[in-house]
Amino acid sequence: MSAALLSVSGLTRRFGGLVAVDQVTLEVRSGEIVGLLGPNGSGKTTVLNLISGALRADAGSILLRGRALEKLPAFRIAREGVARTFQLVRVLGSMTCKENVIAGLAFGAKSRWGREADLAAHELLVRVGLAARADVMTSELTYIDQKRLELARALAMQPELLLLDEWLAGLNPTELREGIALVRSLRAEGRTILMVEHVMDAIRSLCDRCYVMNAGKKIAEGTPKQVLADPEVIRAYLGDADA
Amino acid sequence: MSMRNLAVIGALAAGFVLLVFVPSFANGYQLSLAINIMNYTVLATAWTLFSGPTRYVSLATVAFFGIGAYTVAVLGEELAWPLVLLIAFALGFALSLIVGLSTLRLSGVYFVIFTFGLAELVRQLVTWYEVNITRTLGRYIFIDITHAQIYWQLLALAVIVFGSGWLIQRSKLGLALRVIGDDEAVARHVGINTTTAKVVLFAFSASFMTLAGAIMAPRWTYIDPAIAFNPVVSFQVLIMALLGGVHRLYGPVFGVIPLAMLFEILLARFPNHFSILVGIAFLLIVYAIPRGIVGLIEGAQLSLRRTKGAKA
Repeated sequence: MSAALLSVSGLTRRFGGLVAVDQVTLEVRSGEIVGLLGPNGSGKTTVLNLISGALRADAGSILLRGRALEKLPAFRIAREGVARTFQLVRVLGSMTCKENVIAGLAFGAKSRWGREADLAAHELLVRVGLAARADVMTSELTYIDQKRLELARALAMQPELLLLDEWLAGLNPTELREGIALVRSLRAEGRTILMVEHVMDAIRSLCDRCYVMNAGKKIAEGTPKQVLADPEVIRAYLGDADA
Repeated sequence: MSMRNLAVIGALAAGFVLLVFVPSFANGYQLSLAINIMNYTVLATAWTLFSGPTRYVSLATVAFFGIGAYTVAVLGEELAWPLVLLIAFALGFALSLIVGLSTLRLSGVYFVIFTFGLAELVRQLVTWYEVNITRTLGRYIFIDITHAQIYWQLLALAVIVFGSGWLIQRSKLGLALRVIGDDEAVARHVGINTTTAKVVLFAFSASFMTLAGAIMAPRWTYIDPAIAFNPVVSFQVLIMALLGGVHRLYGPVFGVIPLAMLFEILLARFPNHFSILVGIAFLLIVYAIPRGIVGLIEGAQLSLRRTKGAKA
């Protein structure tokens, strides 16, 4: 087994009196797809926000290939090789699809600009199935296409670690199938992904390992099969049998 | 290079030559109007350079403009003119860096209020200094510069502002600012140092405004803080830029020309009701043409093309 690409330990974040993330420890190895599961409000998105630097941790450490991320501003973490998508899709509304992808290409550690960026942007749009929409304004895109575009922008940064926050949520069955195929093809490229997800089909077919959170704490880890059979996980999702 | 680009470059060059010769055929009143338009073109375009892509609405225009004017009032007779301009530019740049670093973490309405407060603060500081230290409130500016020379300097500055704006738009910095304007969180997560990008461009924009103030100063033989730091200027620049359209570099020009003339007429005809009428103009513009004249034209072109497409 290869060494950990990302190792998070003792990660804690409070909002006022609420401990949204409580002493969470997790690891993502190079080339893995790791799922982060849990009921609503269990702190999954907060974990992604802490790793990507959108929020500052109160305690704990976040190491990417041994480099400490927890004190860096978000833009530095992005340049260190962490790209993300957002729970509520965020495309750049005043720009075309191509410009959105170039925004991902231009500012990372492996910055590309000019003709090189144009070519790379085209390739990425082909990659996510938006080649025909390169010059369309993002405001005219359908929801799934916006999600594809957001993924292309994240991939444009050539990230070492890709954080997907419910990237498959809100898709209809056909779109979901396409979406899963797209994520699977990323694994074939050797990408490393940490994904927050609720869609069980996606988790079963994509994730090598999963962590399950409840009320800010990690309550289980293992293969999808193991964690989904774990009594504590079932209790977290469905409540006690006698409740 | 395509035919269309050549035509645009040719038209721009012809327009420039025409503008260079304005002082030789304009009478005194027309030249003064031309200076006014050129001054507001510089200010509104410099304003749009920063506020257009980022959508950070600044009301600090006159703070920088006034600092330029005061640099000339204090140093104008002591030093060579180019050196005075250089110092004005440097002062504007330095102040805007300080302001930028301390304020650009603010966003939305807080930034607007802060910039407005800043302009007032600078005005009060200068007033305090003049009253308590130099013991005079106004200053006389006797520098041997003709109106035609003022006009040509403003024209040159306008060319520089447009040129830098054009270069910035094509640069990574230009893209960074548009990303920031759309979604600052996304900007940070794609690796943009948002603070640096905003501060750098704010400083450029502000330095151009400072230069405009310095160039304009000899036009008044007398200045005091109320003239040099008149807050109405900040609002006029804002409304001109909005009327023209801030999503294109050349947009503000379409607002500057009609409004500079309108203000001229209002000031001459209704000096006592000027502020009210400007306010009404402001309301009408924001309600009726939120994307400015350029946005209106582009919208019309788009729908024309669509109807043509539907017929074909």
